[in-house]
Formats: sequence, C-alpha cells, structure tokens
Amino acid sequence: MEKRVVFHNKVLPYVLVAPQIIITLVFFIWPAFMALYQSVQQEDAFGLSTVFVGVENFKYIFTDPIYLNSIKVTMVFSLSVAAIAMSLSLLLAVMADRAIRGATAYKTFIIWPYAVAPVVAAVMWYFLFNPTVGMISFFLKAVGVDWNFTLKGGQAMLLVIIAAAWREMSYNFLFFLAGLQTIPKPFIEAAAIDGASPAKRFWTISLPLLSPTVFFLIVMNIVYAFFDTFGIIHAVTEGGPSEATNIMVFKIYHDSFEALDLGGSAAQSVILMFFVICLTVVQFRYIERKVHY
Amino acid sequence: MKKHKIILILAIVVLFVGINSAQAVTEIQWWFAHGGRLGEKVQSIVADFNKLQNKYKVVATFKGNYHDTMMAGIAAFRSKNPPHILQVFEVGTATMMAAKGAIKPVYEVMSEAGQPWDQNAYLSTVIGYYTTPEGKMLSMPFNSSTPVLYYNVDAFKKAGLDPDKPPKTWPEVADYAKKLVAAGYQGGFSTAWISWIHIENFGAWHNVPTGTKANGFEGLDTEFVLNSPLHVKHIQQLADWQKEKIFIYGGRRNKGNAKFSSGEVAMYTESSAGYAGFKKTSKFPFRTSMLPYWPDAAGAPQNTIIGGASLWVMAGHSKAEYDGVATFFNYISTPAVQADWHQFTGYLPITTDAYYLTKGQGVYDKKPGMETALKQMTLNKPTSNSRGLRFGNFVQMRAVMYDTLEAIFVGKTTAKKGLDDAVAKGNRLLRKFEKANK
Repeated sequence: MEKRVVFHNKVLPYVLVAPQIIITLVFFIWPAFMALYQSVQQEDAFGLSTVFVGVENFKYIFTDPIYLNSIKVTMVFSLSVAAIAMSLSLLLAVMADRAIRGATAYKTFIIWPYAVAPVVAAVMWYFLFNPTVGMISFFLKAVGVDWNFTLKGGQAMLLVIIAAAWREMSYNFLFFLAGLQTIPKPFIEAAAIDGASPAKRFWTISLPLLSPTVFFLIVMNIVYAFFDTFGIIHAVTEGGPSEATNIMVFKIYHDSFEALDLGGSAAQSVILMFFVICLTVVQFRYIERKVHY
Repeated sequence: MKKHKIILILAIVVLFVGINSAQAVTEIQWWFAHGGRLGEKVQSIVADFNKLQNKYKVVATFKGNYHDTMMAGIAAFRSKNPPHILQVFEVGTATMMAAKGAIKPVYEVMSEAGQPWDQNAYLSTVIGYYTTPEGKMLSMPFNSSTPVLYYNVDAFKKAGLDPDKPPKTWPEVADYAKKLVAAGYQGGFSTAWISWIHIENFGAWHNVPTGTKANGFEGLDTEFVLNSPLHVKHIQQLADWQKEKIFIYGGRRNKGNAKFSSGEVAMYTESSAGYAGFKKTSKFPFRTSMLPYWPDAAGAPQNTIIGGASLWVMAGHSKAEYDGVATFFNYISTPAVQADWHQFTGYLPITTDAYYLTKGQGVYDKKPGMETALKQMTLNKPTSNSRGLRFGNFVQMRAVMYDTLEAIFVGKTTAKKGLDDAVAKGNRLLRKFEKANK
C-alpha cells in the first residue's frame, strides 16, 4: 500500500513547494537559459557589441584541438578519481566495519580529509610533490624516479587524481560504512556457518546488498570529479603541462573569467550541462536496473 | 508644537546642506590589484594625495589579483557603475583598447582637464606599450617591469667564474652553465614567465616581430609570426640544453622561483620586479644583468618590453570627476612620488625626471641591479618590433604558449612543429577577437 498525504486546501501545497521552485528557477533554470543564450552570441568583454552567431561557437569548439583534448582528459580524470576513491574507501569501510578496537579513532581519521577545503588539500599535495622543495619528491628522487610534474603530463595527472580521490574517499567511506552496518548480521552469520570464506561472504552477500550505495556513489563521484575538482587543478597544475590536466570545467573557468571569451565559454558550459544530463539519464535508466533495493 | 517640529526639521536640513556644500569633495574610485606590502604602498600614496588637497578624495580599493580586478571592473561597467580608475595588466591592453565606449583615453582626460601636462616627460619605452599608433597615451603606466638575468654570486665563485663578468650571450650562458653543473649545481639556469621572457621579450630584444601589423599596434587583423627561424632556434636550443642540465624548466608563471632561491640553479631569468622577493628568500648574494642574446642575430640587442599594469580611466563619469583623475595622475607622475615608488618596489619609474632623481640620490650605486632593467629598456630607440604587444585574446594565447613549450620540452614535439601549431591556434584566437570587436 502506498502512503499518501491528502491536502484539503488546494493552495497550501503550492505555497509549500514555492520556495524550492523559486530557488531552482532563480539559481539553476535561469542561469542555464542565460548560458544557452550566451552560447549563440559573440560578445566582447564589456558587452558593447553583441553579434548573433548561431552555432558558430560550437563549431569553433568542436574543431578546437584544445577542447577535444580536454574532453579526453576529463574522462580519464573523472573515471580514475571515481574508481580509486570508491575502491579504496570500500576496502577501508569493510575493515572499519570489522574493527573492534579503536574503531572510532580509525573512523575519525578517515573522515578527516573531508573537512579540508579542496584548495587547501591541493596546496598541501602540491608542496609534498613539488619538484624543488617537496618531501615526497625528495624520496622519489632518492629511489631514482625522475619526478617533475611541471613537465611530465602523466605525473601531473597522477598527482591531481591522488589529490582529488584522497578527499572524496572520506565521503565514500561514510556511505559505505553506513551501508555495511545496515546489512542484517544473520545473513552473514548464516553464510559463515555454511562455511563461506570472508571474501566469498563479501562478494555474494555484502556487495549486492550494498549496490544502492555503490550506485549512488558512482553518480556522486563522477559529478564531484567533473565539477568540484576545479580548485585542485587551479592550485596545482593550471591545466598543464601541455594540457595534460586541462579538464572541461577548468577550461570553462579559464576562458570566461581569465580570458573573457564569454560566448565560447558559455558554449562549453552548455556542452558540459548536456553531458551531465546524458550521464545522469544513462545511469538512472540502465545502471539502476541492475541495482537491488 | 507642530510648528516647532517643522522648524526643527528645516533647521536640520539647512545644517546638513550647509555641511555638505562645505565639504563638496569629489570622490574618485580606484580599483587596484596589489596585495601585501605593495598594497600598503598604494594606500599611502593615496593618503598623501588626499592630505595634500581637499577638492578630491581618491578611494583605493583592493580587488584581488589582476584577473579579479579586471573582471570586477568589467562587471561594474556592465551594471553601469564602473570605478573611475581601473588597474589592468598589460595582456589586457588590447581588450581595453577595443572597448571604445567603456574607456576614456588618458590623453583626452588630461587635455580636457586643462592642466599642464607633457607626454614627453614620460619614458617613451614605458608608455609606448599603452599608446595609439600615433603615439597618444591611452592609459597611464603604473607598475612596469622588464625581464633581467639574475645570477648567484657565490655559485659563480664556486665554479671559478667572475661575478663581474656575467654572461652576455646565450652561448656564454651555456658555457657558464656547464661549469656550474660541473661545480655541483643541479642546473645552469631556469626561468619564470617563459612566454613573456623567451618568446615576447625574446622577439623585442632580437628585433624580430611577434606578430604582423607592428605586433598588433596597427590593426586587429594581425597574425602571430612567433615561429620565425630565430624563435625556433632558441626554443629548440632550450629543449636540447635540458639533457646537460644547462636549462631546467621551472613551471608556469613564476612557480620556478624557488629553483633560484634554493640554489638549485645559479642563473634565472625573471622580472626586474622579482628583486625584492629574491632578496627576502635567498641566502646568498645575487646580482642582475641584461638578458642574454644570440650574437649571430642581426638586430640584437635591441631593447626589451615591459610587463606589469597600467591605469585605465573608465567612461561615464562627470567632468569634475575627470578633473580629479587628471589631478591625481599628475600627482603620481611627479618625480618625488615616482622615484619613491620605483625605489620601494623595484618597478620602473615612468618619467625621465624620476629616473634622474633616483640616480642623483645615488641609489643605483648601492643597488646596481635596479638600473639594469632601465638600461636594457632604453638601450635603443624602440622599433615596431620592440614597442610592445597588442593582441586580442592574449590571455588564452599565453596558455597556448605554456602548453606548447611544455610539449616541446618534454619531447612530445619539436620546436618547429610546436611553434607552427601555436601560431595556428593563436591566429584562430585573433580572428575570433577581431570578429567580436568589429
């Protein structure tokens, strides 16, 4: 039976949802339409001359090797961040779930990074790995690694992935731990009595029951890697070296706020918006079907 | 009772009107981009000006870094409430110039104010960057610097090199660097602002163009030509020098400064305005000398160009306010104010008088590094290749240059191919700017 609240007053429900709708309209829908409008204009920084150019901004972007590269970079970056942040945090959550002594301290330490602002985290990693003064790069050099992320694209990518995943792990950990704790103990105990090994129990019982959490976190992690990692890129690599970490959201920021190319960056945001809409639809339509609730 | 109240109110109104007309000071808003000690210096210049007269009151507001300040000014213009004076960095010059309805050229402000003002009092190499093709001043230079070579005196001694004879040419730099590496240093030299120093200033210093149409001064239909054989030779040489550690890439902007101050490399090309920073962070004596050049290049050494920022006057204010701006500009151009600013910050003075005043005070004898930049700027009469640069979408082009140079240094591409591609990308940006600013 579905539970249903019935309002007798016809106006009240509209009044109650109004604040949310107004906020959504003003802060989400209206700017989105402004971006759509801007994306078909070519305008100077001061708004003195505005020319309608149709799809020209989009044409420019899709023939721009810098932009095409940034799509590729974004894919590699966000998938790696999501994969690393999720797998490591799941491992930590499983261990924390089994820990008996010092579980609270253990949990606190893992959740800690989430309290650090992305830019602060980024600057910390930047200094640790700085080729001239970094502690970690000192050790890397001592073991013979030619560490110089200001020039080597792969190393720069690795560094920003670590910095982004490190922070997101705390968030994932919280959800995984909560998810694991909702799994009824009798299931696990029954399997244990039947002689299933811990690994077997995890793969056949815990993980399927965790699938709603996993699904939710995939969505959240990809969205995080797409948008919230801007501060990390900005502080550590500025998109370099040679475009190796030039993710789409950083390029939009650079083109609009630093380079003042409003039409071009609006077109890029429209594409990014479209991208995320597609991603969400795909995730909800196809991946959600495989999820047990 | 009622009557009393009305009288009281009237009295108060009269009193306030009276006070207001007695203090009819015209406020001038100035948005600037200097944090820290430089910001304090800006505020003290403004405070001195406000104390000196009571007709105008300049209110200086810190708006963040160059990008933030420019964005704030543009946003304010769009919401029809711009400041009177906006500080804009040199790469934003083309954008400001093209915004004809948004700015008021400085020469207009000065002539309309009717105050004595002579453009010839300013150092032509400094104001050249900010003038029309006919040579009229569009914005007032405020903080200008030019790149020089810094070198570590201790390291030179350790490697058996004479600190009184810094390298003059790039082949000499290579020789020195080899000796420094042999003496135990990790690298010979590195650089900050690589696109500004090793492409833009490199062109001016060797008298080769960065773009057509007098580096963009004579029209928006300019095209980049920074893939000339000389550019290719220099950049390829830098890439090749990495193998012997003669050259080490230090990262974007001035992120590599620690390479010099920590002693990793013993020579470093950086803005003359970086002097104070190195003074604070390095534990060894260092000196500066002029940028090296290629001796086989016919035009070298010519003169270098500036970086930094200038003050733009925004459109849409009253005559009285513009008179205030003119008075303030005249004040900051006085030799005393300029010389003090120059000596305090290491930025170049903007007037000839300020230069001679500083020289007369014997400052250059105590800090010889300070004069290097000036000598280098004024070495020759600027040509169309060494006056300055004026390219639209130049901020994006700088990013393209970083990406290109990094690809070359890591060996992904050659200097020839990389610079050719960069020119193609840059020309697309120029055409886009041309279209948006017709």
